[in-house]
Amino acid sequence: MSEIVLKDVTKTYDKRNTVIQNLDLRIEDGSFTVLVGPSGCGKSTILRMIAGLEPLTAGEMLIDGKVVNEVKPGDRDIAMVFQNYALYPTMTVKGNIEFGLINNKIPKKEREHRITEICETVGLAEYLDRKPAQLSGGQRQRVALARAMVKNPKVFLMDEPLSNLDAKLRGQMRSELIDLHRKLSATFVYVTHDQTEAMSMATNVVLLDRGVIQQADTPFEVYQKPANVFTAQFIGSPTMNLFCRKDVAPYLTAQLPEKVHKIGFRPSRALPVADGEQPQNSLTVSGKVLTRELMGSEIIYRLLSPFGIITFKTFNEEELAPDSSVTLSIDRHSMHLFDSDGQRVEE
Amino acid sequence: MKKKFLSIGKPYLLIAPAMAAFLLFSIYPVMSMVQLSLFDWNMISPEKDFIGLANYQKLFYDEDFRQTLLNTAVFTVFSVLGDIGLGLLIALYLKKNTLVNRIMQSVIFAPYIISLASISLLWMWLMNPDYGLLNAALEALHIPGINWLGSPQYAMLSVILICVWKSVGYDAMILLAALQSVPENLYEAAALDRASWWRKLTKVTLPMISPTLFFLTIVETIASFNVFETIQILTRGGPQNSTDTIVFSLYQYGFKFYRIGYASTIGVVLMIIMTLFTIVYFVLLSKRVHYQ
Repeated sequence: MSEIVLKDVTKTYDKRNTVIQNLDLRIEDGSFTVLVGPSGCGKSTILRMIAGLEPLTAGEMLIDGKVVNEVKPGDRDIAMVFQNYALYPTMTVKGNIEFGLINNKIPKKEREHRITEICETVGLAEYLDRKPAQLSGGQRQRVALARAMVKNPKVFLMDEPLSNLDAKLRGQMRSELIDLHRKLSATFVYVTHDQTEAMSMATNVVLLDRGVIQQADTPFEVYQKPANVFTAQFIGSPTMNLFCRKDVAPYLTAQLPEKVHKIGFRPSRALPVADGEQPQNSLTVSGKVLTRELMGSEIIYRLLSPFGIITFKTFNEEELAPDSSVTLSIDRHSMHLFDSDGQRVEE
Repeated sequence: MKKKFLSIGKPYLLIAPAMAAFLLFSIYPVMSMVQLSLFDWNMISPEKDFIGLANYQKLFYDEDFRQTLLNTAVFTVFSVLGDIGLGLLIALYLKKNTLVNRIMQSVIFAPYIISLASISLLWMWLMNPDYGLLNAALEALHIPGINWLGSPQYAMLSVILICVWKSVGYDAMILLAALQSVPENLYEAAALDRASWWRKLTKVTLPMISPTLFFLTIVETIASFNVFETIQILTRGGPQNSTDTIVFSLYQYGFKFYRIGYASTIGVVLMIIMTLFTIVYFVLLSKRVHYQ
């Protein structure tokens, strides 16, 4: 258990290329914090700085209240799962898991005990003598996890650990990681560019863009109250519809604050309206269905409206045919409002 | 019928030139060497006397040949160790890709591409007991000069030194390429696993480059066992046979004393030793070599 604090941290590569500038971040003790953002946003750099693999250019890094800027990676009581697992190819599964324990001078008996226990937990018991090359992707992932878990660290760092797995296995591993976090009650810091992973596993989401924190909150809050246009469009699938106020003004029957510049709404909140109905206090527009994607429980449509393409989603079985005409209505309370700087307008 | 013959025969037809060259320049000489080792012949007379295994018997009791074997073994062990050991140290040092290191790479590699004759002449000058640079340096430190190539104690050491100096750049370059192909995140994982510098070297680096080390060991062993030109130019096997190696004595018997049968016998023995070496290496080392 431990809390990680980054104070005014700056990271510059080659004296020119500043990736992160004056970043402040607090990762709560025992949280499952997911750093999420598009590639190049600096999320992996932050993780590697926490691990001690990248030195800070300026600022302070604290783990459990202690400044660790100069503390070596091996002495920080952390474990990391790499994107490509970084298993030692020349060692067996057992060798891989045991390596850190031997370096920490854990007695042999204790080592054997821990390895047996962990391997039963992650289901590797029968593969202990194999080399990583003889394992499947999912099994390698488990070895990487076991190697991290066996050290009993205070902090788990994970750098896109699921990105090399197929979709089915990824889903399964997600729930296993949630389980694991609950059991170990350690602090998890997880990096991904996949907002689904972030939303499904995190207790805290830190959304980054170009080295700047856009929003740090619970997944629920990030989804319900996106702090700005970037967050609004990054989180949620399909992405939020976003239009300029002046374009949609003729179709608007709701009163909005003066400073609202952009209006956004989730695809699931654009509801088809029956003929003749006149919803009040809303945005109501008609258009032609362009495409239809059947996702199973839901159907995603793209609609050509007078002010642009609207994505909307229905959960009923009744399909709308392409080229058919539909009227959509978005209730005032389902709208997300942003000012001219792209910041959320609180009401 | 004709078509079928073409489709089967085509691959053989295509490799025929290479096979012909191989048979003519590798297999045929080996066969005739084995054959010649059973004869007593001086290369000039039209008659060859068949003497069975007498050459082998003689070689077995030949004191000089035993000395030659020992010299070759000493030369091989120290030059292989020197080349690979020193090469590895240089490669580890040059691993960081900086401008200075890139220049250093070419500097260290340079001796390898200079002709052996030039290098030997250069070192003969450096090691000259009267006006050589090495002895001048020793004298400046008030250490008595050494007769580098002219005394039985130091001649072998000097030859090994020169050979290592020439070829260490090649080993360093190959090892450097191997080191650079080790993924960086293995070292990061090892750092998080709290591995010391020594543990990283022995448990991560060396196993990862073991195929290269294995390759170099075999290639360098064969090359050292066959050392000839350096000896021929620097010492001619002297003083007092202290640098006489197998191939050099083979050359002397064959082309100076015109005892082709005996020289062929040495050649056959050399071939057998090399084969045994390679087999032993494969059996002993293959377990410790990790191929990806």
